[in-house]
Amino acid sequence: MRKLRFHPCGNYKERYEEELTIFETDFGRLWMLIGLFLLFVVIPLISSSYILYVLNHIGIFAIAAVGLNLLIGFTGQISLGHGAFFGVGGYAAAILTTKLGFPFYLSLISAGIVTALVGLVFGLPSARLKHLYLTIATLAGQFILQFLFVNWEDLTGGSMGIILPRATLFGISLKSDHAYFYVIFICFVGMLWIAKNLLRTRYGRAFIAIRDNDRAAEGMGIPIFHYKLLAFAISSFYAGFAGALWTHYLASITPDPYTLFLSVEFIAMIIIGGLGSLTGSVFGAIFITSLNEILSHASEFFMNLPALAGIALTIAPLREFVFGLAIVLFIIFEPRGLAEVWRIIRSSFRLWPFSY
Amino acid sequence: MEFFFQLLIQGLSVGFLYAIAALGFVMIFKSSSVLNFAHGDLLAIGAFFFLVLSSWWNLPIPIAFLITLVGSFTLGFIIERLFLRPLIGESLILVIMLTVGLASMFKGLMLFIFGGNLFAYREFLPTTLSIQWGNINIPPVYVASFIISIIFLLLFGLFFKYSSQGIYMRSVADNQTAALSLGVHVRRVFALSWAIAALVCAMSGIILGIISGVNVHSISIIGLKVFPVVILGGLESIGGAIIGGLIIGLLETFTGGYVSTSLREVVPYIALVFILLVKPYGLFGLVEIERV
Repeated sequence: MRKLRFHPCGNYKERYEEELTIFETDFGRLWMLIGLFLLFVVIPLISSSYILYVLNHIGIFAIAAVGLNLLIGFTGQISLGHGAFFGVGGYAAAILTTKLGFPFYLSLISAGIVTALVGLVFGLPSARLKHLYLTIATLAGQFILQFLFVNWEDLTGGSMGIILPRATLFGISLKSDHAYFYVIFICFVGMLWIAKNLLRTRYGRAFIAIRDNDRAAEGMGIPIFHYKLLAFAISSFYAGFAGALWTHYLASITPDPYTLFLSVEFIAMIIIGGLGSLTGSVFGAIFITSLNEILSHASEFFMNLPALAGIALTIAPLREFVFGLAIVLFIIFEPRGLAEVWRIIRSSFRLWPFSY
Repeated sequence: MEFFFQLLIQGLSVGFLYAIAALGFVMIFKSSSVLNFAHGDLLAIGAFFFLVLSSWWNLPIPIAFLITLVGSFTLGFIIERLFLRPLIGESLILVIMLTVGLASMFKGLMLFIFGGNLFAYREFLPTTLSIQWGNINIPPVYVASFIISIIFLLLFGLFFKYSSQGIYMRSVADNQTAALSLGVHVRRVFALSWAIAALVCAMSGIILGIISGVNVHSISIIGLKVFPVVILGGLESIGGAIIGGLIIGLLETFTGGYVSTSLREVVPYIALVFILLVKPYGLFGLVEIERV
């Protein structure tokens, strides 16, 4: 019978397995169970439908951010095309559902796979090139895909987009925010679990080795090209999966949201949350989505005051400014993001009264 | 055939725009190996600065031009001091991300101040500068900017090749740590290279503004078109940037003329992916050789 014990005040690990454990103490497991209980039982009961709407968005963006963090934060390959990859997932889901009649759950997974294949194509330049060039290739991918969304009208419906039927799962309609909340967050927990465990396997450790020093990694016998492509595919899978979830949630898709700005938003999420930290990606998604909501509320608020309606229109571009500012401030003052802040808070509890 | 020549001229002039826009980008990359995603917005800042001075405050053109150059030089210093200096020695990912952040900051700020409208400078270039050649008329802007960019090419070519500052800059771009340990003042090099790059950006921005009007969106989009251009020409090569610009401009207008107009905007990026796959270091770029 194991007991609940606290973290030791120091690093007393003796074996590699101890380094690899997810929960160092049973307290961690307990906290996670409490967290899951709160997430799935308490929160849906107490929140209004608007809060649920925001939470659903946070869940969807968090899945994509976790995927992007696997690529940027853990493998060290920058992608500026994740906004478009998110869109590829959305379109794949929409087309598969409306034209081929795929059921909901299958369309999610196949959208992820389609996006992973598209991501692979834009990851190919990494065969010969280092991250600088790869970044530019993904930028090109962003523009090419955006062009296809608008101009491949037979498939994507052009700027009119596609309207989807409401998703149903095992005969249950997912029309309400409540029902969809469970779908999103079950997917979210599952995807997070997969990512967390992926990082403990040889693949995950190979990714980290490539990020830290790709020459050394190659010297250790890691075929870096394969692993970079793999990271690219996995990350695109996450983006596509999240995009499909989003499309089904909104029940329609148009090319408008999937711009370079969305890619920048995703990057902002993982930088603000913390590069190379899965919890960080979730924090980042929460931060950016809430910021979005607050800013749109602010402009709505100004719009309703007749004297300030003029300001409301000029305030819209400030959204872009605030995002940029958030990225810049976090990079300069806390490059490891909110995850680091969280870690400092936790360890100062743990080390109390000798915290520094 | 006439259509062909028309497209040729149009393509060369569009390409020339790209070439000019790419100059400042190559400057920054050459001296600090930073991919500057805020490039288009620096161009726009220069263009708007000049607009405010020349058209709104009605300063005489040479004075407005000089103030713009000095102002953007200072702006480059400030950007370096505030945002890039804390990142010396940090990983390149963070620096690139920082320029992404700066780009959306600048863009938001400019949209906030100027809105998305199209502005135009007042006419100031003497018409005697234009060249009449057969029935082809080259407007004065192109002649002036051609002269300016030739001067720039020469100056910067000599600067990077012979002046000690230029050699310091190249050494820092090549290997920061090694340059530091050999006694190069890395901070000063960074400050100077951003200041010069901002200055070049302002000049290019003004030329772009004269040719196609001053608008935040269109200028910052040109800033992104710079990527295919510099990849084609080679990231380190100023001459390559100009040739790359011309090729990309021609490619764009010919696709627009003969294939499809909607493809026009995206064909540079398609070309970019192919170049990256086939000849990633471009026409005149340095091939990176890694030794352990």
